[in-house]
Amino acid sequence: MIRTRSLTKDFVVSRSSTVHAVRGISLEIDAGELVAVLGPNGAGKTTTMRMLTTLIAPTSGTATVAGHDVVAEPAQVRRQIGYVGQGNGAGHTQRVRDELYSQGVIYGLDRRAARQRAGELIEALELTELTGRKVADLSGGQRRRLDVAMGLVHAPPLLVLDEPSTGLDPQNRANLWQHILRMRAEYEMTIVLTTHYLDEADSMAERVVVVDHGEVIADDTPEVLKAKLAGDRIVVTAADTEGARRLARLSEHLPEARDIVLDGARVEARVSDGPGSLPELMREAQDAGVRVTTAQVHRPTLDDVFLNLTGRSLRETEGNGENTDGENSDGANTDTQEAAA
Amino acid sequence: MSTLTETAPISTTAGTHDSQPARRSLLRDTGIVMFRELRPVLRDPFSLIFGMIQPLVFLGLFGPWLVGSLGDQAGDAFGGSVWQWFVPAILVMTALFGTSTTGANLLFEFQTGAHERMMVTPLSRPSLLIGRSLKEMVPLAGQAVIIVAVMIPFGFQLYPVGALAGLVMLAVFGVGLGSLSYALAIAVRKQEWMFWAVQQTLIFPLMILSGMLLPLETGPAWMQAVAKFNPLAYVVDAERALFNGELASSTVAWGWLAALATAAIGLAVGIRAMLRSAD
Ligand SMILES: Nc1ncnc2c1ncn2[C@@H]1O[C@H](COP(=O)(O)OP(=O)(O)OP(=O)(O)O)[C@@H](O)[C@H]1O
Ligand SMILES: [Mg+2]
Repeated sequence: MIRTRSLTKDFVVSRSSTVHAVRGISLEIDAGELVAVLGPNGAGKTTTMRMLTTLIAPTSGTATVAGHDVVAEPAQVRRQIGYVGQGNGAGHTQRVRDELYSQGVIYGLDRRAARQRAGELIEALELTELTGRKVADLSGGQRRRLDVAMGLVHAPPLLVLDEPSTGLDPQNRANLWQHILRMRAEYEMTIVLTTHYLDEADSMAERVVVVDHGEVIADDTPEVLKAKLAGDRIVVTAADTEGARRLARLSEHLPEARDIVLDGARVEARVSDGPGSLPELMREAQDAGVRVTTAQVHRPTLDDVFLNLTGRSLRETEGNGENTDGENSDGANTDTQEAAA
Repeated sequence: MSTLTETAPISTTAGTHDSQPARRSLLRDTGIVMFRELRPVLRDPFSLIFGMIQPLVFLGLFGPWLVGSLGDQAGDAFGGSVWQWFVPAILVMTALFGTSTTGANLLFEFQTGAHERMMVTPLSRPSLLIGRSLKEMVPLAGQAVIIVAVMIPFGFQLYPVGALAGLVMLAVFGVGLGSLSYALAIAVRKQEWMFWAVQQTLIFPLMILSGMLLPLETGPAWMQAVAKFNPLAYVVDAERALFNGELASSTVAWGWLAALATAAIGLAVGIRAMLRSAD
């Protein structure tokens, strides 16, 4: 459904500074997949989505979407896709129902079908009380729901969603997902979305693509990513430091134990199977006469994955993801911008 | 290959974007865009009524003054009534302001993402420009009816066919101007204040040098010379002729030429700007 080869995008912000927003992304996404793209602010997620949806032309590389090249045949691509951008797609002076209806007609539904789809989505995304309101008078989350509803109106073969759930309360997020998944099953849609909600990517996506500084740094199912790149963590505390020392030694024998940290009476270790290893450790501790006061298993999150990949936490890097090459080197401000850092 | 954009100078960029084997119709797309734009206007009758009355107010204030200061000098050429001279001009002016400011709506849509959303749809690119510009023409048609109805008792003579042709010519001209306005909005989208600065700087000279409000014949010779290069001047002259029942004359032909040229250039520039508008 999507195939990109070394896709790049540079934005020339000024004569002396170019942003390398995307630095060579090669992706293959098959029909029917549900893929989440994850990455800190400024990683290049939106830029990539905008290239895939024909909004901006790649600086280099190629992208084929739904069988058509995004540069050579954008019109054909557009007919196969739906896109919910990061901003608000609805016109501010429009009424909610009108905008949904227009969207349906734009995508070739006849009037009756457009009205019907609009009605269904209004109900599904709990916009019923807002149908007559101006878009400008909606709350942020309500507007977001309308955006997503508009993206779903024509049930396209490929749906691209840029942060669909940002700004939604938990109930509406769950509701949104329920609806997306239902439509996906019903219309066999391929879905690519970006998100900052790690739990969402984890629980909903079948495949997670982690992007950082304009490059794909990991690409697999959430389970494999977590197992391969993070692993479970067990944390136990002993009654005293001597006990902790012995616990640390015992934990070395657990399957694939690594990164064992002893901190006073507290022991931390990474293992391949936390829920299985912890009882094992408890038994051995009892046999050795070590009194354990607390024991916990931490399942890895995608944040742990990102941390292990980049040494940064996704939660901390928010807002620091600029990929700019400024003119820093001794006034040599011509033609050197292409040499990326 | 689509035949639509083949002859346009922009065909290298626009042609690829619009060659659709299972083609969408430009007409249908334009209609969709136009009706989408019209819906908020229709839902808000107050703005509609206000918009309808605006040119009347102008006509009521400026008209008598014109009559007083010019006497029948302007109207002489048109069977004696100054209104025959002035009413078409008011309509051109309304179209001029309506379409030349249409890009401003777009500035906001750049910020929100509404423009981006429209760009991802399979709507043909020219329809995005034409539909928006034509939307300004719908209230104009209503305004024309009202103005004419109000002015007939004052001696305005209606030539229905000519008036209709005049409105069509205005629509063609308006599509061009609207597209240019759209292009301007795209060009200055990162410094929005520029839109109004440029629009105002251009619109008033354009208007004054068209003989719309005061006859050019009363102005200095250089003005008349410069006006020869102003497409709006030709449109204004042609509108006066058409509203006076003159359907086929060289004045009218020049008007069509100016309107069509404006539309062609406007669309070419507008589409080109639009294709790059997401960067
Ligand atoms: N139109 C533009 N002009 C210049 N630079 C841009 C433009 N759009 C994006 N950038 C830059 O490109 C980089 C990638 O931006 P992008 O919007 O793709 O990030 P993102 O991964 O979507 O981030 P976020 O999570 O904040 O949405 C950023 O450094 C951004 O500043
Ligand atoms: Mg983004």
